[in-house]
Amino acid sequence: MGFYVVQFLTGLAGAASLFLVACGLSLVFGVTRVVNFAHGSFYMLGAFVAYSLTKWWGAGLGFWAALVASSVIVGALGAAIEVLLLRRLYRSPELYQLVATFGVLLVVQDAALALWGPDNLLGPRAPGLSGSVALFGQRVPQYDLFLIVLGPTVLLLLTLLLTRTRWGRLVRAATEDRDMAAALGVNQRHLFTGVFFLGSLLAALGGALQLPRAPATLFMDLNIIAEAFVVVVVGGMGSIFGAFLAAVLIAELHAFGILIFPQVTIVLVFVVMAVVLVVRPWGLLGRPEDARHRTPTEIATPLGVPRCLVVIGLIAVAAVLMAWPAMAGDYGLKLATEVLVFALFAASLNFILGVGGMISFGHAAYLGLGAYGAALLVSRLGWPMEAGLVVAPLAAGFGALLFGWFCVRLSGVYLAMLSLAFAQIAWSVAFQWYDVTGGDNGIQGVWPSAWATSPLVYYYLALAVVAAALFGLHRVASSPFGYALRAARDSSLLSEAIGIDVKQVRWFGFALAGAAAGMAGGLYAFLKGNVSPTVMAIPVSIDGLVMVLLGGVQTVVGPLLGAATLVGLKTEIASATNVWRGVLGALIIGLALLFPRGIVGHLGRWHRGGRP
Amino acid sequence: MPLSRMLLAATLASAPFIGHAAEPIKIGDMNSYTTLAAFTLPYKNGWQMGLDEINAAGGVLGRPLEVVSRDDRGNPGDAKTVASELVSKEGAVVLFGTILSNVGLAVADFAKQNKIVFIASEPLTDTIAWSNGNRYTFRLRPGTYVQAAILVEEAAKLKAKRWATIAPNYEYGKSAVEAFKKLLSEKRPDVEWVAEQWPALGKIEAGPTVQALAQARPDAIYNVTFGADLTQFVREGTLRGLFEGRDVVSILGGEPEWIDTLKGEAPKGWIVTGYPWYDIATAEHTAFKDAYMAKFKDYPRLGSVVGYVSIKAIAAAITKAGSTDSEALVKALRGLDLKTPLGPIVFRASDQQSTMGAYVGRLTVKDGMPRMVDWRFGEGAKYLPSDADAARMRPAE
Repeated sequence: MGFYVVQFLTGLAGAASLFLVACGLSLVFGVTRVVNFAHGSFYMLGAFVAYSLTKWWGAGLGFWAALVASSVIVGALGAAIEVLLLRRLYRSPELYQLVATFGVLLVVQDAALALWGPDNLLGPRAPGLSGSVALFGQRVPQYDLFLIVLGPTVLLLLTLLLTRTRWGRLVRAATEDRDMAAALGVNQRHLFTGVFFLGSLLAALGGALQLPRAPATLFMDLNIIAEAFVVVVVGGMGSIFGAFLAAVLIAELHAFGILIFPQVTIVLVFVVMAVVLVVRPWGLLGRPEDARHRTPTEIATPLGVPRCLVVIGLIAVAAVLMAWPAMAGDYGLKLATEVLVFALFAASLNFILGVGGMISFGHAAYLGLGAYGAALLVSRLGWPMEAGLVVAPLAAGFGALLFGWFCVRLSGVYLAMLSLAFAQIAWSVAFQWYDVTGGDNGIQGVWPSAWATSPLVYYYLALAVVAAALFGLHRVASSPFGYALRAARDSSLLSEAIGIDVKQVRWFGFALAGAAAGMAGGLYAFLKGNVSPTVMAIPVSIDGLVMVLLGGVQTVVGPLLGAATLVGLKTEIASATNVWRGVLGALIIGLALLFPRGIVGHLGRWHRGGRP
Repeated sequence: MPLSRMLLAATLASAPFIGHAAEPIKIGDMNSYTTLAAFTLPYKNGWQMGLDEINAAGGVLGRPLEVVSRDDRGNPGDAKTVASELVSKEGAVVLFGTILSNVGLAVADFAKQNKIVFIASEPLTDTIAWSNGNRYTFRLRPGTYVQAAILVEEAAKLKAKRWATIAPNYEYGKSAVEAFKKLLSEKRPDVEWVAEQWPALGKIEAGPTVQALAQARPDAIYNVTFGADLTQFVREGTLRGLFEGRDVVSILGGEPEWIDTLKGEAPKGWIVTGYPWYDIATAEHTAFKDAYMAKFKDYPRLGSVVGYVSIKAIAAAITKAGSTDSEALVKALRGLDLKTPLGPIVFRASDQQSTMGAYVGRLTVKDGMPRMVDWRFGEGAKYLPSDADAARMRPAE
């Protein structure tokens, strides 16, 4: 019995940091609607800054002072990023902000590496709380007891701040209805900066509080960010108490889950999120999202760009693609093939984003399902490549039908997070199921059939498949089905009223996009010759979003340009420097600032003389 | 300077000085320089030092060696692109490096497909030598099986009967536990396996995990966690008394890369494999250590040795082969013997695995830093499966 009580307490202690980070994220999202990927970076910086300050000021009282100081410093940094970067992007579509914060994450990663070096840094134990006490015949660290008290204390303070102060009321008003708050004369600028300061401060405090338990490492940002999002979504966006509840729920499920099934740690949070979202589409304590939520990207109008321009553009692109082999060696061909593969992937994502209005944070799942479908068929059953390429879109399409059925019932960020949860579950299956998928080592030796082994032939094969698929997607987007999907995106109420089965239209749209991504996955598997779970990991989904946003949502050429830009930048920068993440991050931020409608979107705009 | 003169000067500067210095032999290096910087930067220093020595001594076949180094970006898909760049674009004739097992396997597959020799310097997965082995891939570092076998020899001497295991939940952790369990159960049929924990890599919840292990009341614990997970495990375990009166056996626990973070808090008495660079007094190692410390103002890590030996092995192979042709290199590398700071090694012809071994000893703390004491060197050759067994595990060529 004593053991279970202590296990429960240990779980509560583990929930504290997670809660702090998540409630900061929730506050920021609630008010500014920015999905802030850089939030994990503040958590990491909190730990690093606190480490340095502790070293400087000495352990003892210095540790506690460092805790406070580092939170304030990093909070100020968060506010500075808001002022310098995000403020310029509030009027851009939601996903451009997300991409910009992703750029910040990349820059901070390399900056931290440069400032603190590659080694893990272990701080001192908490002075005054470095021992343990006996409870029910078990030893419990004193610091755990401190954390158990700290979590609810912060919850209480925040609740007081939000309910009893004028500033807190304004924050809640803005969370409720930002435009109305603005119309009533609330200075949004100050409010947003203030919320960013508080949110970043909480993240940094969460990170600094980890120091007595764990070293400061360069992985902290990515390790926490997905879980923090999960906590926010499970609790309900913008609900502080919901975040607390969710953090405790997850920490306790974890503490007791490992007693029964130790392998569960790898996927637990995502299973929890999937279950919660299926049962309660707005999280435990969240409320239905504002029906007037904005579309995630610039709206793709079917006839936005003059016909002649499209034709000229397509001919130019086709000419470059056909002539490319004459200019490139084997390596250049492989790179170009990779661009084609990712162009299809980006186009399929673009289809559900731009035409369908559904954000997916887990689109890599379908790239992965296609790749695994093809690879398994070839390596385990000995079928030829051609069969693999047929099965790839089918496998992914089937997966998208299954996951999509749940996803399309949701909207906005909740839909995005549920798609992420499913992607992570698919990832963990590939990662764990050693006998079939080869686990994290993946499947080797997935090479094309003999006739297609030369990079040149494979390039043309990929070109043909991708061109056909892109054309197909384009045709669907401008078919009655595509218009129904657009209608559902713009107003599900009106669409229902004129007899469109919104859920079904969205469901099929989702599945079609999944199948197209799977086609890209099949091509990817034979291009690389191997498949591993990283192909469906979060960074690939984010890459897809970055490509879509770089290219802009308007056109067929957009995803191609986006894919070429990202793949090209990544490879070129990475072969020139080991700080490629930082350079890439800076470029992404720059592009998001310069081209808030994507590169192609801007070209089109210039053509129309600056009219939107 | 007018533009035309500048262009002329630039052309002259880049033109090869025919007859003055021979065209360098290009070698491609790839490793997780950004994703695992702590482990790979010492490795890079290691090969850099080896490379300088080789070129100072006149290079190989009368030509200087040149290493083109790239970040493998930590994932198999990107690593393939990088490998292709190194070979097709940069003209590398041999590849070496990688630390992550899945990346190593992907590059090995690339090597097989493109018939290019690949020295897998650091990946620990044994599939790269055995079930997924191929003609063009040679692995330098002792894999999980050898490391586990060396530890089992010590573990079998303990009185402990009830064993618990904790390992990160991925291939390395899984195979490290599997090999240890199998080998220890063979030597000691009386042992019982009473608990296992599989925290996600880099995301251990140390408190509940330690509690769960303690609840099973094991006599001894076999640990495979490393890095930040290990640090948290040690801190929580110490606070909660998990290690009191228990033996702990920890794979790689004595490698400075991982254990030095803990400084004075390193757990005393743990049986570990590792690299006691401070106490290895052979002439070869002393020379290596002194040169390394003089050059980089830092002490060597195990990765430094691996990087250093990798480039030396490549140079030796090219010299022995007399050419940079892949088939000639494969023949030269099979059975190639080499003096290293850790003693002589051979790349076995049967499975293309080197016989590099590992040190095993007990952890203690001296002057605030973790140190291995009572250590001995486990020769890789002694613990590897026999040539015939190893060859049987490999796919037919």
